[in-house]
Amino acid sequence: MAVFIVRRLFGLVLVLFAITVLTFLIFFATPGVDPTRALAGRNPTPETVAAVRHQFGLDRSKPAQYALMMKRLFISRDLVSYGNQALRVVPAIKKAAPVTFSLVIGAAIIWVVMSVVVGVLAVVLKGSIWDPVLMILALIGISMPVFWLGEVANLITQDRLHDTFLFSWVPPLGYTPLTENPWEWFKHMIIPWFTLSVLYIGFYARVLRASMLDVANEDFVRTARAKGLSERRVLLRHVLRTSMITFVSLFGLDFGVLVGGGALVTEVVFGLPGVGLLTFRSLQSLDLPVIMATVIYGAFFITIANAVVDILYARLDPRIRPA
Amino acid sequence: MATDATPLLEVRDLKVSFNTEDGVVQAVDGVSFTLAKGEVLGIVGESGSGKSVTMMSVLRLINDPNAVFEGEVLYKGRSIMDLGDDRMREVRGGEIAMIFQDPMTSLNPVYTVGDQIVEAILTHQPIGKAAANARAVELLRQVGIPQADRRAADFPHQFSGGMRQRAMIAMALANDPDILIADEPTTALDVTIQAQILELIGRLKDEFSSAVILITHDLGVVADIADRIAVMYAGRIVEFGGKRDLFYDPQHPYTWGLLGSIPRLDRPKQDRLHSIAGMPPSLIDPPAGCRFRPRCPHAFDRCETEPALEVRGGGARHLDRCWLDPESKRAVRDRTIRGESAAA
Repeated sequence: MAVFIVRRLFGLVLVLFAITVLTFLIFFATPGVDPTRALAGRNPTPETVAAVRHQFGLDRSKPAQYALMMKRLFISRDLVSYGNQALRVVPAIKKAAPVTFSLVIGAAIIWVVMSVVVGVLAVVLKGSIWDPVLMILALIGISMPVFWLGEVANLITQDRLHDTFLFSWVPPLGYTPLTENPWEWFKHMIIPWFTLSVLYIGFYARVLRASMLDVANEDFVRTARAKGLSERRVLLRHVLRTSMITFVSLFGLDFGVLVGGGALVTEVVFGLPGVGLLTFRSLQSLDLPVIMATVIYGAFFITIANAVVDILYARLDPRIRPA
Repeated sequence: MATDATPLLEVRDLKVSFNTEDGVVQAVDGVSFTLAKGEVLGIVGESGSGKSVTMMSVLRLINDPNAVFEGEVLYKGRSIMDLGDDRMREVRGGEIAMIFQDPMTSLNPVYTVGDQIVEAILTHQPIGKAAANARAVELLRQVGIPQADRRAADFPHQFSGGMRQRAMIAMALANDPDILIADEPTTALDVTIQAQILELIGRLKDEFSSAVILITHDLGVVADIADRIAVMYAGRIVEFGGKRDLFYDPQHPYTWGLLGSIPRLDRPKQDRLHSIAGMPPSLIDPPAGCRFRPRCPHAFDRCETEPALEVRGGGARHLDRCWLDPESKRAVRDRTIRGESAAA
């Protein structure tokens, strides 16, 4: 276990290094992004420009600039945005992360529960009309892009039907922290949760159904039946449990990607000030410090999620557990 | 109801067919046999002869919606086909247990061997978890797993093939079944392990006083422990008799072919291992008359009509489906078994 953790941490450092260097190089290889212009204000004198360049280390060599940025990000933690010098990057990420976590964890709970229900139902109802109906619904869910679904949800709940009894409870777009008012938090999050989870419910239900039908043909399922187990027990304890191996490894990765900023579109559509929205804004203004911070944040969670998946995988599948 | 004269298991004219895109596959076509308490019945035939389908039907383990069943399966005089699902589950694993060909894939990889045996026990016996655990360890010890208490906590992948099959047998015997159906229990194992497993089954059937149905494609496997042997070909029983009858006085040319294909050290060395010419017939459109006719070196006009399974040339309880005259048969038989051409 200790070896595993050390190896993972080493891998994490390597990934972070590679991805930050890459982000850094791409930024400076992009034409027309000289950050001095944003930093020095309108119509600066050449002296101001030179002073600003010196202050931010932009007159140094590229490796030195990279080192300086990493130092200000990780050690002194006083890296500021190029666009808005009042915006300190590290506190900004710390403030945005809980929003993203709220969104993604809630959506993940919904999508795991719903996709297991839909997938198992489809397997149980195989041979009837309901199996293809469920699978077509799942396909529709996968086909609806989040930006479209989110805007439609907003159109209905914020505008067209907002004044009816159905959606009058829906608060305006935005976010209330859980610690401040749990009920408000919940009301803000519920529609984003469902919007984000629809795609995953469809996808996971289809994957789970296919995997369960696969496992149902295995010899050990026949053994389970020959033991005299009920169909329900065979399905849940033998077929579903074994199918969860695929399911969980997919889930870990998707969850990591979403926590790491992949829920960007949902956050933008619903005006949730999470890491995705932060990334979106920084990308619009090509704000390297913020981009760098969000990229590191994302890579961190994706790598962690990967490690967690590997641990879970070994828990679920004893065959790959070290003896 | 069930008297002493009632056989433990009776299969009457069982027919199983599958509707497929290519037509109706008649996998089992009129199989009948009985099994007495404590008896060992061997069912021998090549792949696709319907032996596994017959036994899976007895346990109603075929849940293919395209399967059609006809005929009767009576367990202690009661029709299995008419049992409710709950009662059928009590029979499965409780009164009739089954072990399968491939022990590598027949155990669930995500649960320990002990847990899987405990599950079988708790499904049928109203005892506590601790008692079931103790019983599982005891069963593993009985099937010859060393350090059974420790190995019960192992996962199937930590067992060798032979040990897994032992664990499967332990699981099957967990509820003292009246009948143990073993579907090619040794096919996937090393030869040295095969003998051990057969010896184990032979010993445990006495300890647990279970009847055994042993399905195999290898006459050598049933030679030791079977009391009676049924030879199946293309969905039908072509010969059925006591073990001695079948080995020393085989009546059907297909049985001769099976006997001839066993390599033997007490016969002159042949250039090639003898095999039965041709391929097993299609079960969608089987040949008219005797099903073995296209491959039989002794076929003649009369074989175009189907011979019934009845006593012909053999002893009193020795049935076969062959039109050949019992007297002239004996002459060609030994030559066929030795693999010499019938024309020679």
